[in-house]
Amino acid sequence: MELGPYLILGLLEGLVTAAVLSLMAVGLSLVFGVMRVVNVAHGEFFMVGAVLAWWIAGAVDGHPALGFVAALLLAPPLTAGLAMMADQLVLKRINYDPERTIVATIGLLYIIQQITLMTYGPEARPVEAPFNHRLSIPFFEWTDGGLTLSWPWGLGTTSYKLAVIGAAVILLTAIWLLMTRTRYGLLMRATQLDSETAQAFAIPVGRVYASVFGLGAGLAALGGVLIVPIQQAHYLMGHDPLLLSFIVVIIGGLGSLPGTVVAALLIGISDGMISVFFSPTLAKIIATLAVAFVLVFRPQGLFGKRTL
Amino acid sequence: MSDLKKSWTLHLSIIALLFGLQFFLPAYHHGNLARIMVLTCYAMGYNILFGYTGLLSLGHALFFAAGMYGLSLSIQHLGWMAGPAMLAGLLAGFVMALVIGLLLLRTAGVAFMIVTLMFAQAGFLTVLYFGELTRGDEGFVIQQELRSIAGIDLSDPTSRYFAALLLMAVCIVITLHVVQTGFGRVLVAIRENDERTRMLGYDIQRHKLAAILLSGTMSAAAGAAYGLLFGYAGATFASVQYSIFPLLWVLLGGAGTVLGPLIGTLFMFYLIDLSSNLTTAYMLIAGLVLLALTLFAPQGLVGEIRRRGLRWLP
Repeated sequence: MELGPYLILGLLEGLVTAAVLSLMAVGLSLVFGVMRVVNVAHGEFFMVGAVLAWWIAGAVDGHPALGFVAALLLAPPLTAGLAMMADQLVLKRINYDPERTIVATIGLLYIIQQITLMTYGPEARPVEAPFNHRLSIPFFEWTDGGLTLSWPWGLGTTSYKLAVIGAAVILLTAIWLLMTRTRYGLLMRATQLDSETAQAFAIPVGRVYASVFGLGAGLAALGGVLIVPIQQAHYLMGHDPLLLSFIVVIIGGLGSLPGTVVAALLIGISDGMISVFFSPTLAKIIATLAVAFVLVFRPQGLFGKRTL
Repeated sequence: MSDLKKSWTLHLSIIALLFGLQFFLPAYHHGNLARIMVLTCYAMGYNILFGYTGLLSLGHALFFAAGMYGLSLSIQHLGWMAGPAMLAGLLAGFVMALVIGLLLLRTAGVAFMIVTLMFAQAGFLTVLYFGELTRGDEGFVIQQELRSIAGIDLSDPTSRYFAALLLMAVCIVITLHVVQTGFGRVLVAIRENDERTRMLGYDIQRHKLAAILLSGTMSAAAGAAYGLLFGYAGATFASVQYSIFPLLWVLLGGAGTVLGPLIGTLFMFYLIDLSSNLTTAYMLIAGLVLLALTLFAPQGLVGEIRRRGLRWLP
């Protein structure tokens, strides 16, 4: 096989990464946009989602799909509840002061990680996918004998991976509709623009904050549930996606949803491509430095309008 | 006694106390204290930027690691003596602080924090990427016979303790001097209100850069000394964790106080040391302490003492 197949494989893997990443990054971006909170514990909510998925799926008997659906329905709300509790107990009481929230969320990160380690343990555990057919991708190639079709051998992916991509598209559309078409979205946007004026207009800013923090965590947890059949749940799994979603949110422009999705595609696919062709570590170094320089020279991000 | 005299007396007597303690401490705590004093230098370097200038860096491990690898790589691969290697570590930290500092001046607030985090992460990944030189996560040991300056074997517990104390004393004197002179006052003014400070005619960019340089070099000195005194360099010291530690120590002890870093490092070290006898969950304790601090003692231990009486504490 030549270059082409690797490109397609890199693209597919990249799209799966982008799907999960965009869910997580949209959550991070919502929390930052509305509450001005940099949530360092966001990666832990992703991990909690995955770990809960393993637990729930294990508790349900019968076909693996039943367990997975139960996890999909239960894990995100549970994680959202945990986040809302953290918001009420900690973030609210320090008045969402930017520097202190960073320290507090670092504290949360440690606590969540350690509790997971003590209860769930250090092993990585898989959840069985609800369906997992091997799919072959037909691929045409010029060889000495003219145009040949390599199928059904060679390139393959699984139906589950395609479903993850589809699920992310549906969920992101739902979030966009929620933000632009509902009363709740209106309240959120009003709070985002000017929380004091919103308060003066009798918008319950405190409750909006709590629900946005929960929503953000729930989205991260959803990403976590979707990834366990591919990647397994592990108590340290939140670290890399956290950094990646920081990268995505910053490149996309803090608080800009379309920018976040475009940036997730950009980062996910380039991460997939560079990892296929070069070293993954090098890919990460380049991406990290790129973000640092975007922030240094264009603090509002590629799509953002507001300055930090 | 004037406030100035009081504070010099206090700090010099603490250094003298630590000097005297070395003859009484049991071996275990003796070794611990040497480690704590080196880490205190790191926290003091961090404190200049965070505590006095009000710039929250989430990537100071970059400077710590620059010092550590500046020293250890030049010993390991260039065959340098410990003395020049120590200078190499300091220089590495200084140059790193200069380059990063010039870029950081363009950012403020949340962007400053994230950019420092990103640069430190890039540094950590670079250490992993050049695994053949640095041996990545696994790290490498600096041979004992290479760890002596002017004939003094720094792997010996007593001389190690004195070296750590000397370094910390130098850091304390520098910090005390800085915060009592005009330069330090301007830094505090920048922390409190940078717009007003600029309107008073101070060049705040130049002062910020100087603070980053001083802070980065001091952290690098701590990193180099850590490598030299304990004979080991590894990628862990460049990781996010080591960027969070000084923040934790400084917040715990009291940001913007000269003794805060020492008290914070001492407290946290023994908190983890004692609690790990009971449980392995030191991260849980660290997390709870962080939460408790942000909620109940935003000024830290020494900061609270200053607020409640000893107003003259620098």
